[in-house]
Amino acid sequence: MSTMKDIQEAELPLTLLKPSKGLGSLQLRDLWQYRELIYFMTWRNLKVRYKQTLLGASWAVLRPFLTMVVFSIFFGDLAEVPSDGMPYPIFSFAALVPWGLFSDAVSVGGRSLVQNRHMITKIYFPRVILPLSSILAGLVDFLIAFVVLIGMMVFYKITPTANVWTLPLFLLLALVTATGVGLWLAALNVQYRDVAYITPFLTQFWLYVTPIAYPASMVPDKWQLIYSLNPMAGVVEGFRWALLGTEQGAPGPQLVVSSVVALVLLVTGYAYFRRMERSFADMV
Amino acid sequence: MSDFAIRAENIGKRYRLGETVGNYSTFRESMAGWFRRSSKKDIEQASDDELWALRNLNFEVNQGDVLGIVGRNGAGKSTLLKVLSRVTEPTEGYAEIRGRVGSLLEVGTGFHPELTGRENIFLNGAILGMKRAEISAKFDEIVDFSEVEKFIDTPVKRYSSGMYLRLAFAVAAHLEPEILVVDEVLAVGDAEFQRKCIGKMSDVAQQGRTVLFVSHNMSAILRLTQETMVINKGRMVMRAPSAQAVDYYLSQGFSEEGSRCWDADEIPASAGPFKPIELRVVNAQGNEASTVRSVEPCSFEVEYEISEPITGLRVGLYLMSTRGEYIFTSFDTDEPEQYEAMTVRPAGRYVSRCNIPADMLNEGRYVIGVNASSFKIRRYFHDERALAFNVDAAGAPGTHWPEPRLGPVRPRLDWKIDMVEQK
Repeated sequence: MSTMKDIQEAELPLTLLKPSKGLGSLQLRDLWQYRELIYFMTWRNLKVRYKQTLLGASWAVLRPFLTMVVFSIFFGDLAEVPSDGMPYPIFSFAALVPWGLFSDAVSVGGRSLVQNRHMITKIYFPRVILPLSSILAGLVDFLIAFVVLIGMMVFYKITPTANVWTLPLFLLLALVTATGVGLWLAALNVQYRDVAYITPFLTQFWLYVTPIAYPASMVPDKWQLIYSLNPMAGVVEGFRWALLGTEQGAPGPQLVVSSVVALVLLVTGYAYFRRMERSFADMV
Repeated sequence: MSDFAIRAENIGKRYRLGETVGNYSTFRESMAGWFRRSSKKDIEQASDDELWALRNLNFEVNQGDVLGIVGRNGAGKSTLLKVLSRVTEPTEGYAEIRGRVGSLLEVGTGFHPELTGRENIFLNGAILGMKRAEISAKFDEIVDFSEVEKFIDTPVKRYSSGMYLRLAFAVAAHLEPEILVVDEVLAVGDAEFQRKCIGKMSDVAQQGRTVLFVSHNMSAILRLTQETMVINKGRMVMRAPSAQAVDYYLSQGFSEEGSRCWDADEIPASAGPFKPIELRVVNAQGNEASTVRSVEPCSFEVEYEISEPITGLRVGLYLMSTRGEYIFTSFDTDEPEQYEAMTVRPAGRYVSRCNIPADMLNEGRYVIGVNASSFKIRRYFHDERALAFNVDAAGAPGTHWPEPRLGPVRPRLDWKIDMVEQK
């Protein structure tokens, strides 16, 4: 137990509480101070995620895998959607893995504030930790599914291309996009619970405008730039390009557009989040 | 360097009740299950447009002070603690806080039912702002204090509520912040637990840390604090040595003669179908009175409205001394037959009347609290200090000796004097 003497000797941090104006700061110092909480919350989300489920973490594999099976039967075999010269199953699975990361992050992140309202109304911590840690927890699911993806590549005897080193960049792009959208939805959800209803619809809609069941090359050239406004299109095509080496060349201007859009989503999402943060406790 | 721990300048907190909240209520109806009650929303609903939960608060707390905060329900005490612990921002003014603020209002915050006791200690510690090394160092102490060693690797959803509470409190109590904020934590848990809480609080105070203590329990305030702040309608109305402040607090707001009506803004929205109207003290002659005689019977009447049938409702009273010590607690359905007959209380306007026999209370001043609840289901309404009244002992046993008699009751007891042996 420390005594008064220790307290006086230690440098006491001074906190100023006042109404914040404008956009507020980035709060990076605060986030750094609470870095252990990010770790613990991520860990909690992981621990809790598959508690009391029969199949546990196999869900991380089953969901993209079953989707891939359905896609392969209906789009690959029956509709004969082209797959850039790849076997259709691996073509779609390579897209479903990063897609799963994104769609989970968006839906879990969007719920995170409302779900943890008891924490928000009782104690201070940088609120952004809630969506952030739920998005980070999704990374583990991603890694599990990714291992299966590697297994499938072995099965189809596909060696990764020399560009495989770019993969983390595409993963980062996916994370940035997911965080941007997640922050927007989380903050909006505090005030408008409609978000809970919009999110499943939004992810479904987004799935269709992302080249998962079909190759981006199906989109006419004149629409390509508009199409790449969807950063997930860049992520998915990038994954295929880096891992499988599809016939399409390296993503060029489309990737720049995707990255810019992702960054805009993140910056505006964080700004909106910070602006709304001050009233979370009163509204949630 | 000055040695203040907290300095607040002109702090104000406004809750806006405009469009946002309007929409919100509409959603609330359609998705009722989504929203749990929250004291904040209760206040919001009571008024139409905006409400200052706090206004123009200026105060300083020195390091090592133990400051009590008292005020009626909805006076702004909890809002003040929320502002000071950074949960919510002030609308105007500013405050400077020196050191880490830990609060016992967040006991168990972030506890996850699926995680084990051990895991929750680490998680909760991190949420409260402790470093991992700090938690590890104090782990054994925490487990010891909580008395749940045997179940430390069991998910807390299998804990009894007492164990859960003890573990949660143990983590919070070992946070060792420079400033500790305590809100009514003494209102929960069993007597043993409360004793432990008070013990921990005095430890903290003795170590020279700063404590802010919000309570309705005047005897705890008197015991633990040197100075007390009285808050009313969001403003500080007095700050003085605790004895003086408590006296003031207990005597203010009781100007109503023998009755107490509740205004709309004093009834939380969570009271729901139950709406308290008036509490009255009625003397033997059937009139409302602020002073009743000890030697005559009197009655306490609670008038209320129920807008929809309530199952298992009990309306009751606490009688306390002005120092906050309970004298009795009694409910209108305490008699089993009465309870059977009133299993479901239909909608309507009611008066629950409690007759106090003659020769029961000693002279002095008493406070009546009101409680309306369904046992273990829901507490509809609660006002611990609804009304105060006086008892006059004229004619009571022993009044021919002009001396005060100790104790809150003054029964007329049957004494027999037998001579056992004549000398």
